[in-house]
Amino acid sequence: MAAASMEGKGAGRDSTEPRPTRDSRSLRAADVTAAERNAGAARVERRGARWRHRHAPAVFAAIGMLALWQIVVAGFAVPTYIAPSPVQVLQVFVEQGDILWLNFWPTLLEAVAGFALGNSIAVVLAVWFVHNRLAERAFYPIAVFVNTIPIIAVAPILVLMLGNGYAPKIVIAALICFFPTLVNMVRGLKAVSPQMLELMRVLSASDREILWKIRLQSSLPFLFAALKIASTTCVIGAIVGEWIGSNYGLGSLIIEATYNFRAPLLYATVILGAGLAVAFFVTTTLVERRVLKWKPGAVF
Amino acid sequence: MTQGTAAAVVADPAAAAAISVRELSVRFDTEAGGVTALDRVGFEVPEGGFVTMLGPSGCGKSTLLRAIADLVPIAGGAIEVFGRTPEQARRARDFAFVFQDATLLPWRSAVDNVRLPLEVGRRAGQVKQHAEAEELLALVGLEGREDALPHELSGGMRQRVSIARALVYRPRVLLMDEPFGALDELKRDKLNEELLRIWRETGTTVMFVTHSVPEAAFLGQKCLVLSAQPGRVREYVDIEFASPRVLGMRDTLEFVQVTAHLRGLLEEA
Ligand SMILES: Nc1ncnc2c1ncn2[C@@H]1O[C@H](COP(=O)(O)OP(=O)(O)OP(=O)(O)O)[C@@H](O)[C@H]1O
Ligand SMILES: [Mg+2]
Repeated sequence: MAAASMEGKGAGRDSTEPRPTRDSRSLRAADVTAAERNAGAARVERRGARWRHRHAPAVFAAIGMLALWQIVVAGFAVPTYIAPSPVQVLQVFVEQGDILWLNFWPTLLEAVAGFALGNSIAVVLAVWFVHNRLAERAFYPIAVFVNTIPIIAVAPILVLMLGNGYAPKIVIAALICFFPTLVNMVRGLKAVSPQMLELMRVLSASDREILWKIRLQSSLPFLFAALKIASTTCVIGAIVGEWIGSNYGLGSLIIEATYNFRAPLLYATVILGAGLAVAFFVTTTLVERRVLKWKPGAVF
Repeated sequence: MTQGTAAAVVADPAAAAAISVRELSVRFDTEAGGVTALDRVGFEVPEGGFVTMLGPSGCGKSTLLRAIADLVPIAGGAIEVFGRTPEQARRARDFAFVFQDATLLPWRSAVDNVRLPLEVGRRAGQVKQHAEAEELLALVGLEGREDALPHELSGGMRQRVSIARALVYRPRVLLMDEPFGALDELKRDKLNEELLRIWRETGTTVMFVTHSVPEAAFLGQKCLVLSAQPGRVREYVDIEFASPRVLGMRDTLEFVQVTAHLRGLLEEA
C-alpha cells in the first residue's frame, strides 16, 4: 500500500468510488460529531460550575465591601458631596441614565477608533521594521521618544492642532495604544525560531511567504498581550482627551460633575468608564482565546 | 563486509554521485575568533545511496549537512549536488531537511504542516505533489491523527509529522540531522525500519546524522566518521549487509563487527 501511495497517481487511482479508507474516516467523523455534542453540553455545565467556584469569592467580597460602604456612609452621616452611598449612585443610573448614555457613546466611539488606529499603525510599522533594519534604526528611537512624553502633556497640543471634535480624542487614544503594541509586535515578529527560518530557506520561501505563513501567526501571542493592555488604556486616552476642551463624553461629564459637586453622578460616570474598559478587556481576551486555540496552556 | 577508506568505492559503480564534496572547509567567525568547523572534507554520496554520519559532538556534522543544503556559506572547496551548486539545488527544491526537533508550526494541524512545502517557494502551487499528505501521515503511522495540533502529539509523533512533511514534495536528497535523538529505543527501531522502507521505495538519496553507532550501522550503506576540532573525515566506511535489512540482523556477528569497528574509529576521533 505504501508503494502505491508513494508512487503517486497511478491508473486506477482516480476512480469515482471513494476509497475505503476515506469512507471509514467520514463514518468515524459522524460518530465523533454526535459524541462531541453530548460532551459539549457536559463541558458547558462543567465550565459553569468551575466559573462559579473560581469567581464566587470575588463576587461575595465585592458585595461585602459595597455593603460596608453603605453602612459607613449612612452611619457616620457623610455628606453626599464628599462620598455618596452606593444606593445614591445606583439612583443616578436609574434617574439620570439618559445623560450617562448620551455621554457614553462618544467615548466608546473614540476609544474603539483610537484602538483600531493606534494598533494598526503599530502593526504595520512593526512589519516594516522587521524587514528593514535601516527603518528600525531610524524610527524606533523616535517612537521611544514620543512614548516618553506624558499623554496629558500631548493632549492640549493635539486639541490645538485638531480642534474640538472627535479627532484629537481618537488620536490620543491611538497614541496611548501605539507603543506597547509596536514593541511587542516587533518582538513577536522576530520570535520565529532560527530553525523554522532554515526550513523556509530549504523550501526557498520568499520573505512575503515567511511573513504571511509564519511571522504573523507566531507574533499573535505577543500581539494579544499588547492588545489587552491597549484595550484598557484606549478608554483612558479617550477620557483624558475629553477632559481638555470638550462638552460631551464621559471625560467631560467627570469634569462637570466634579465642579458642580454632583458626587453621585461623578461616581456613576467613573463606574461606567471602568465598565467600558472591562468590557473591552474581556472582549479582547475572548477573541484571543478563539484565535490562539493552538497555544498549549496559554492564558486560560 | 568490507571497510573501504577511499571515497570512490561504491556498491554500484555505474551510479553517478548525487552529492560530491571536495576539500570542503567551513569557518565561523565569532567574537572569540574564528572556528574551523570543517577542514578539507571530501566524500561522495551515490545517487539513491544512504549515508550515515557519526562523530563526536561539535565535530561539524550539522554544519556539513547545512553546507550541503546551502544554509551556511563555505570557506573553501566545492559541493556539487547532481552537478549543480547547492544554491541551484536548493532553489530547485532538491532538498528536504529533517531537524533534530520537529519544527512544526504549532497553529497548523498535522496534515496542514505536511502540506506546508506545497504552499511556499518559487514553485508554490505547481510543485508536483507526489503523495497526498494524508497518505504520507498514514505511511509514518499517524492515520487518524491528521487534524491533531502539534501540542496534542507526542515528541515522536511530531517527528514523524516532520518526516512526512519532508517527503511530501519528494525531494531528491533527504538530509536528516539526528531526527530520532529524542525517541525511545523501540520507537526508534520502528522508525528506522520505516525509513529504510521509504528509502527503498522512493529511491531518495539520504544523509543521516546520528550519535547512535548501531543506528548508523543499521541504516547506512556507508558511514562517514568525522573527527573533531577541526572536523575531518576519519574514515568513510562501507557497510554491506544483505538487503532488505531487518532489525534482527543486529544480533549477528557481522553487525557486531561493524559496530565495533565504528566505535573504535569514534574513540580515536
Ligand atoms: N552559527 C555558528 N556560529 C559559530 N560557530 C558555530 C555555528 N554553528 C556551529 N558552530 C561551531 O562549529 C562546530 C561544529 O558544530 P556542529 O553543530 O556542526 O556540530 P555537530 O557535529 O552537529 O555537533 P552535535 O553532535 O553536538 O550536534 C562547533 O564547534 C560549533 O561551536
Ligand atoms: Mg548537530
